[in-house]
Amino acid sequence: MAADKARIAREFIAAIPHSKMLGMQIEEIGDGYARITMPYSERIVGDPKTGVIHGGAVSALMDTCGGAAVMSHPTAPGGTATIDLRIDYMRAAKPGDTITAEARCTHITRNVAFVRATATDADSDNPVATATGAFTVEGK
Amino acid sequence: MMADRRRPEPVQVVKQRRDAALHALAGGVPYIQTLGIVFDRRGDELTAILPFKDDLIGNPFLPAIHGGVTAAFLEMTAIITLSYQWLWEDVESGEIRVDELEAGELPRLPKTIDFTVDYLRSGLPRDAYARARVTRSGRRYASVMAEAWQDNRDRPFAMGTAHFLMPRGDV
Repeated sequence: MAADKARIAREFIAAIPHSKMLGMQIEEIGDGYARITMPYSERIVGDPKTGVIHGGAVSALMDTCGGAAVMSHPTAPGGTATIDLRIDYMRAAKPGDTITAEARCTHITRNVAFVRATATDADSDNPVATATGAFTVEGK
Repeated sequence: MMADRRRPEPVQVVKQRRDAALHALAGGVPYIQTLGIVFDRRGDELTAILPFKDDLIGNPFLPAIHGGVTAAFLEMTAIITLSYQWLWEDVESGEIRVDELEAGELPRLPKTIDFTVDYLRSGLPRDAYARARVTRSGRRYASVMAEAWQDNRDRPFAMGTAHFLMPRGDV
């Protein structure tokens, strides 16, 4: 059952056009936890002088990862949508590095799922950004 | 005695200068091109436009625009609006020269400290628009609110609040 849920969530995320566009890959998913990577690409650069990626791309990764965590939660019946997401940008991501986002669903009710997420580059001890969000819990 | 009154500049000179400043800010950012965002300028008011394309879909079953795209769209609108407003005086006074801007010589952009986005309804598969308002513009920090809508200006589908660290004048 849990494995089935993870498989459905994985297939759903893999089918998202925008996530494909940004090259997102699911590394791990299940039990209200998801880890997704996004490779460095010229297309997501926000500052052409330094080659640092735009915060918006990190937002897209965090949002996808948060949603994936909710969908994979054992008590979540089906789909989800973001209610709100707050992202704190700690530092610029190193140009060239793949970004890894980890999201955990910290609490879930019949209607709302609460999520915390972190994004790192190759220096995984110092987060690039952290996020907190609320997501809807939707029926099948 | 005649007052020392300079003739107003020709309109095309004013427009060229303002458009050059906007182009210098937004034209060189790859992620703006990736998403396909364009900016419409009316005086000092900017409207960001996100033309719909399939790549922007986040939920293929509805279909709906990806929440991350919406967040990026709002953040981009906020940062470009803030930067444009911040540069405006220097561009208008001639402190920043148009030829320098056109050559890509641009002061550093503000850095995002944090960004909060509220999703109000799902983004439909059609064009979206956004405007931002600088609610606080200090020497070091700025606060900006942004709102995005589609068919109806009074029914925004997302809104965001962002805080920025302003670039230092001496850099």
